[in-house]
Amino acid sequence: MESVLGRYRNLIVLVGVLFAQILGLAIQVKRTSDNEPTRLIRIWAVGSVSPFEKVLAWAQTSTGNLWHNYFYLRGVRAENRSLKAQIERMSLEQVRMSQDADQARRLQALLAFKEQFISQTVAAQVIGSSGSEQSRSVFIDQGEKNGIKTDMAVITADGVVGKVLRVYRSTSEVLLINDQTSGVGALLEKTRLQGILRGTPSGEVVLEKVMSDETVPAGEQVLTSGGDGIFPKGLLVGAVTKVSPGSELFLNIHVRPAADLSKLEEVLVVTKIDERQAEPDQTNAARAVDILAERLPGVPSKPEVAAPGAAQGSAASEPGAKANAAKAAGSEASSSTTVVKKAPASGPLPTGSSPAKSSTGSPVGSATNSIKASGTNSGSPGSAKPGGATAPVKAPAKPAKPASQPQTQPVQDSPQ
Amino acid sequence: MAITYTSGEQVEVYRFSIPATVLIPLAAVFLQAWLPLRFPFFTIFDLPLLVTIGFATARRSPLAGLLTGGLIGILQDALTHQPIGLYGISKTVVGFGASSLGIKLDVENAGARFLLTIVFYVIHEVVYFMIARGLVGLHMAWSWPHELLSGVANALLGVLVFMLLDRVKQRT
Repeated sequence: MESVLGRYRNLIVLVGVLFAQILGLAIQVKRTSDNEPTRLIRIWAVGSVSPFEKVLAWAQTSTGNLWHNYFYLRGVRAENRSLKAQIERMSLEQVRMSQDADQARRLQALLAFKEQFISQTVAAQVIGSSGSEQSRSVFIDQGEKNGIKTDMAVITADGVVGKVLRVYRSTSEVLLINDQTSGVGALLEKTRLQGILRGTPSGEVVLEKVMSDETVPAGEQVLTSGGDGIFPKGLLVGAVTKVSPGSELFLNIHVRPAADLSKLEEVLVVTKIDERQAEPDQTNAARAVDILAERLPGVPSKPEVAAPGAAQGSAASEPGAKANAAKAAGSEASSSTTVVKKAPASGPLPTGSSPAKSSTGSPVGSATNSIKASGTNSGSPGSAKPGGATAPVKAPAKPAKPASQPQTQPVQDSPQ
Repeated sequence: MAITYTSGEQVEVYRFSIPATVLIPLAAVFLQAWLPLRFPFFTIFDLPLLVTIGFATARRSPLAGLLTGGLIGILQDALTHQPIGLYGISKTVVGFGASSLGIKLDVENAGARFLLTIVFYVIHEVVYFMIARGLVGLHMAWSWPHELLSGVANALLGVLVFMLLDRVKQRT
């Protein structure tokens, strides 16, 4: 025995070290399933024990079935009939209840619609990488003491970078979006098709789960959908570069990230996201008395004198309404910055809307720069309306004021 | 008078000082993590692997080789977000193999080191690929041209690294 141990000592130590590391791997690795990830060692342990358990259970069930199916058949037919009737009644009730539940969910969604705003960020320097092609992550110089937590979104002025994977005392590890274990809920800007953005082993980014019968043009921008609960909706991720038929029923959409993931130097970690109710636009709300006033005899429906002033006045009221939504995003590496989320350029908004880069304090005076969380443009009630579309409606409101003074003069001057 | 001949070639065994044993692997792991920030192409190199091979071939002790490889690999794993043990297992195998081969072959000249590094780089990648796909479930793509070219690149760098290690190793 001793001679065997002595002769094969190196090999035994090698096997022991490898076994210990494989065991360590099995403890760490989790295999994903429909329910929740399960550790590999648990899968192995269950896999080695469960066959015996299955055999025992089969033997037990067979014995029980033999007794019940052969010896205990009294009243089974009658019980079967009554149970079938009960099932039919309950199925009808279930259909009715599920319809009620669907309606309740829809109403709830309408009532509790909320927008997400990036309200606080922390700037960080990239200080290191994983150094491996199989692991695409970077380390930043902000950690737990700076308020960083796991699953916080990490962005740059160009676009989304990744999410915080692990937090240490004064550093954090950020998983990049082009890592194969990364996943980001995304949607296409114009077509509004939703999918999941994943990295590939080669470091590319692909958009998955888009049906193959959809049309996706190259060059279309990809935004975050907010569905993953990590990235606020509407952040720029990248642009579609190539679309090809993929496996099964989905397209294979390659996306070029907007942020250069191989040359990261400074990033922003989103530390706080606010949610608030979508407020209807009250600034240009027409009052009932104004609308009635325009219908009174003798009051012109579209006064020429007041119209230009009214249009300018209504346009002037836009900055006040929209200034609340727009805050300048500092590009300096300050300890906390306030960044306003950009709105996707779709729906009623013109395509000129730009991402939330550092707007240097210029007042947001037009609807094109209305920077709010996306989703409001999907037709939800009370959402921000473009000022241009409502200006003509609001024009009659202004003439109500001068109606008491110079309003009468044009009436007198008009030939009658 | 009987004349005896020594049939086996005397193989020199070296050792490294404790500071060198600790600092050189740490420096390799640090450079492996830091250089890709400035030079993205550097991810094809594996400095910790080269240090493992260098230590293993110099010490010519399978036990020391596998333990050194395992520790360096685990340290490298800690910087990635993958489970700890992937590089550990791969470099344990390489450390054991390189030191076992170092006993039998003369690996002091540049040509032998070049070929040795290519072979062990490929072995390292194969083991990593099998563990990552089989155990961890990672989706990995294998490309022979990429691996062979990376092996050649690592071998060229390895020759330089071994020359640096020659300066700090001590004869036992």
